[in-house]
Amino acid sequence: MARARPEPMHVVKQRRDAAFMALVDGIPYAQFLGITAERRGDELTGVLNYDEKLIGNPFLPALHGGVISAFLENTAIMTLAWQHFLPLVEDGHMKIEDLTLENIPGFPKTIDFTVDYLRTGLPRDAYARAWVGRAGRRYATVRVEAWQDARAKPFAQGSGHFLMPQPKREKTAS
Amino acid sequence: MVHSAKLAKQFIEAIPHAQALGLELVHIGKGQAEIAMPYKPELVGDPRNGVVHGGAVSAQMDTCCGAAVMCHAAAPTGTATIDLRIDYMRGANPGQTITAKATCYHITRNVAFVRAVATDEDVDNPVATATGAFTVEGL
Repeated sequence: MARARPEPMHVVKQRRDAAFMALVDGIPYAQFLGITAERRGDELTGVLNYDEKLIGNPFLPALHGGVISAFLENTAIMTLAWQHFLPLVEDGHMKIEDLTLENIPGFPKTIDFTVDYLRTGLPRDAYARAWVGRAGRRYATVRVEAWQDARAKPFAQGSGHFLMPQPKREKTAS
Repeated sequence: MVHSAKLAKQFIEAIPHAQALGLELVHIGKGQAEIAMPYKPELVGDPRNGVVHGGAVSAQMDTCCGAAVMCHAAAPTGTATIDLRIDYMRGANPGQTITAKATCYHITRNVAFVRAVATDEDVDNPVATATGAFTVEGL
């Protein structure tokens, strides 16, 4: 019997994107801030869609420092989660259809997060990218940078440590 | 003093993002500030357990630390965050108000040093702690 034809790549890609977006859109706080994400291959870009409620200083005006911090932290978590779950899908340990909020063991949890504010956050869209320094079985360390008009001029950077989602422990029979 | 405290309350609660988060100034004065954030479903990080997202606690802590700098006896006319580090001890209990208390414990002509702690109704078990450095304007 002939082997089933492999699915065209764009179909696979579309399904992966949809699964990922559903995961991101499932976080109420990300929705509240207007955070979305774009994926190019394994590179992920967080997008903070500007809204007046993100303003911290109405006189300048400038984005609220807390919004910037939350945006960086969220981008770090999304990048870490994607890099954690995608290989599981590719190795066949997990089906892409199972990559839903109900089925995943959880998101990475922040242990600590430090933000450096480099420039004023202007009242417009912002972008962020994260680099995973190391993701072990339990702990991960991530660096993030956010920019607005020029990629080479970040307005904030952050770094943090995260606790990786732990697979459910099988109880040993006693 | 009563007047300036009222002014500070109005000032902080007028910040668009503070309004969006639903922040309430509980206490301010002498380099100390206390800000409450009542529970709202929009602030949740994981809809399965209803725990508030760490980012929302960060935003609350940042506002509270800034408020502590502004009401320091040295009376800076403005401030901006240089850096802020948050340590998360545990997820906040769903449905409970999170309260942040910040202290500006040292200030120079250029830099203010602040620490803060956030708790829910289980006040003996902090949800998160923060340390930060802020700019000092107008001294």
